[in-house]
Amino acid sequence: MKRTFAWFRPLRRIALATAGVVVLGISIIGTARTAAQQEENGVDNNRKSMYAAMTEAPEKARERKNPLQGDTHAVAAGGKLFEQHCSDCHGRKAGGTRKGPSLLREEVQQATPGALFWVLTNGVVRRGMPVWSKLPEPERWQIVTFLQSLKLQSQSMNAEPRAPVQQIP
Amino acid sequence: MAARVVPERIRKTFPSTIFASLIFSLLLCASSLVFAQESPYIVTYDHYLEEPGSLEVEYFSTFGTQRGGNDFHGFWAEFEYGVTAWWTTELYVSGQTTFNDSTIFTGDRWENRFRLLQREHIVNPVLYIEFENTNGADKILKEVEGHDVESDYAESNAVLRKEHDHELEMKLLLSSTFKGWNVALNPIATKNLLPSEPWEFAYAIGASRPLALKASPNRCNFCPENFIAGVEMYGGLGDAQSFGLHDTSHYLAPVVAWNLPSDWTLRFSSGFGLNDNSHRLLLRWGLSREFSGFGEMVGRLFGGRP
Repeated sequence: MKRTFAWFRPLRRIALATAGVVVLGISIIGTARTAAQQEENGVDNNRKSMYAAMTEAPEKARERKNPLQGDTHAVAAGGKLFEQHCSDCHGRKAGGTRKGPSLLREEVQQATPGALFWVLTNGVVRRGMPVWSKLPEPERWQIVTFLQSLKLQSQSMNAEPRAPVQQIP
Repeated sequence: MAARVVPERIRKTFPSTIFASLIFSLLLCASSLVFAQESPYIVTYDHYLEEPGSLEVEYFSTFGTQRGGNDFHGFWAEFEYGVTAWWTTELYVSGQTTFNDSTIFTGDRWENRFRLLQREHIVNPVLYIEFENTNGADKILKEVEGHDVESDYAESNAVLRKEHDHELEMKLLLSSTFKGWNVALNPIATKNLLPSEPWEFAYAIGASRPLALKASPNRCNFCPENFIAGVEMYGGLGDAQSFGLHDTSHYLAPVVAWNLPSDWTLRFSSGFGLNDNSHRLLLRWGLSREFSGFGEMVGRLFGGRP
């Protein structure tokens, strides 16, 4: 039977619970305040570096072709995936929020499908965008197809696009 | 006789039911919800961390058979918070009901996972560090370490809870995703903080894949892409004084996760003991929900900008 330190026993639960709550609280408040300060400072060093991540894609990755290019089902499926996984940070209309940059900007819309796929796969971890390789490769291409469709939509409709998500029947 | 059995059953299951209900009701209205794409593993970890600012609340149950003692129901709750895209921190609280015995609180854990590389590679390493404050009656079997064997759990709760463990547990989470398949390997090293206790070793390995790799255009509960199936295997590898497979227990467990569009994830696992030292069956299930923007919400309470 294992024994514990006698002096540690009386206070251990209180000390551990307090330490846990303090650390969790500091980390939560810290990240939230950082986000708020970034907004107050005019944001956009962070966003610039998010866009700069597009240019960091290796040439081989940038040149990859979208296997679902022009697939209307892929646009709809990508819209659904975007709403589920991306809209919390990038906004429901991809116009950006305090947490993530607009995906309607030229830097994104002019990017090659391969570069978008590469950023989606690798994230921009140092700037808060997680890796999305947990989505299977075809689903990531569906999101890329949707993102590319935003440009066409905005050109043809001359208005902010909406994610073409179908409702539950 | 029957009149006595029913209240007894209710009394035994009541604490865990209350435990789960409280956790979810506290947070249900707190934040916006996001669709989770959770892996089906219950013991093994892949390299994916919680999204920054999101809180995931999880409840898990383990029903285990016990030879030479009473079957048990271990349960635990996890509060997993994404501090950054490379750091996730998590608090656990656990308890258990041993049938024909009692229901008790068995301890708490504080876990941290750190992503070591910025980008995706063929194999992606994540460092896992956990401090455990548990008693000997802990039966969640989230890790099977060292020379842990079934007979260790046969004693009554009154006896087992006298043992107190303060342990440091470290894992290297190695995970790779290719063509929809995820393969994860977790070497584990645990040290009881008593100087006399040796390092203990263990492993967990898992493989999983969604049932479909492409999303359908419609929102649907039963689309194949919402289901991820796989298998995990875990067990002890002895300790620093007697490393190896002798006097260790091992389990093989098919696992499945159902990621619902309504933001809930359900997981099921039936673990089968692979040798005579193992419990014959560990039946597990879990329910989780992710709350996006939780960090912002708390930050606003402390003066952050709305």
